[in-house]
Amino acid sequence: MKSIITEPMIPKPFRIHRKLKETHDTYTIELESTNGANGFPFSAGQFNMLYVFGVGEVPISISGDPSMPKMLKHTTRSVGIVTKAILKLRSGDVLGVRGPFGSHWPVNEAVGNDVVIVSGGIGLAPLRPVLYSFISQRDKYGKIILLYGARTPEDLLYKKELEQWRGRFDLEVKVIVDSASGNWRGNVGVVTTLIPRIQFDPLHTVSMICGPEVMMRYTLKELQNCGIKNENIFVSMERNMKCGICLCGHCQLGPKFVCKDGPVFCYDHIKELFGKREI
Amino acid sequence: MQTLEPYLAEHPFLKGLEPHQLKIIVGCATNVQFDVGQYILREGEEANNFYIINFGKVTLEIFTPDRGPITIQTIGEGDVLGWSWLIPPYQWHYDARAIEPTSAIALDAKCLRAKCEEDHDLGYEFLKRFTHVITQRLEATRLQLLDVYGVH
Repeated sequence: MKSIITEPMIPKPFRIHRKLKETHDTYTIELESTNGANGFPFSAGQFNMLYVFGVGEVPISISGDPSMPKMLKHTTRSVGIVTKAILKLRSGDVLGVRGPFGSHWPVNEAVGNDVVIVSGGIGLAPLRPVLYSFISQRDKYGKIILLYGARTPEDLLYKKELEQWRGRFDLEVKVIVDSASGNWRGNVGVVTTLIPRIQFDPLHTVSMICGPEVMMRYTLKELQNCGIKNENIFVSMERNMKCGICLCGHCQLGPKFVCKDGPVFCYDHIKELFGKREI
Repeated sequence: MQTLEPYLAEHPFLKGLEPHQLKIIVGCATNVQFDVGQYILREGEEANNFYIINFGKVTLEIFTPDRGPITIQTIGEGDVLGWSWLIPPYQWHYDARAIEPTSAIALDAKCLRAKCEEDHDLGYEFLKRFTHVITQRLEATRLQLLDVYGVH
């Protein structure tokens, strides 16, 4: 009998099918199973542990379409030893994958409601699967609004898809950058300033936020000012995930474990922990 | 002829003012339009107006000799543009330029400053409301300075 403890600790080999450059330091890698397995089912918001053999392992959110599990997609930024090593890999190279781990965005729970998605920087990556899910079942939701903040126009992820989403009549997409020069004709400022400019029914709105924690803190404040209830706000937290199965304790957030209880949390369940300096 | 009073009375920035205070403001207000690329304010010029944007998009810019104009913020429908008219020496601290066809209500700041000196209740109301706008901008600026999306 297979051990339920050890199996999730064994990386499965996946081959890099394609590497797409998103920005100067961020790539999306498309992975296929080396053993021809049919797919890799996951829910929007979950993450995998990606293992570069001989270098190390990192938790990276899945950024692909949950309805197309055959091709696993991860968007990663070159910031540490492992992510730098990932981005040095080429098509055909193999890396190890463990997962999917963690909780997911409340895609089904949001049915019948307006949805406000607020993302910052690379925080759009874990939210892209949500957008795919919403678009594929568009008639089940009220308004769908995406607010996306980035550092500069050059740092925007998924530029082509953003253009496509902006072109749809049934999606409201607002993009803002912290600073810009030259030909940028879009918004400049912080993503929180977009919130008062959108219209939604606060009593029937589900909001999903992903980005740097300080950005989420100010976003929460704005959403609460608009009247969205804490139980309808969901955030994706980032901590030092190692085992992915709630054994090692590296990702502990007070009494919660981000790898298992999260990374997606209902804000109401962690409001006492959110922004607490000691944790 | 329809006056600007009903619109200004309902605008979030002016909502809740006493009717006589609103009348003073309406007396100082005019409709203005700006074409794409047109400057609304220029750094160093006298701050003689402030604006309530009806629609359009305006960039707030700082000109740097080496990088040209740097956009520090964009504002749009419903936003208030300009507070330097309240604070001596009443000069603009940045440029503001329309990047979309923009319609706004311009308020004569010289006229309003004089009215605020005469009517301190009105002056206090303006200060409270502008302090709120300034606080929001300051908070946004601090977040921008944190460079939260950068690699740290």
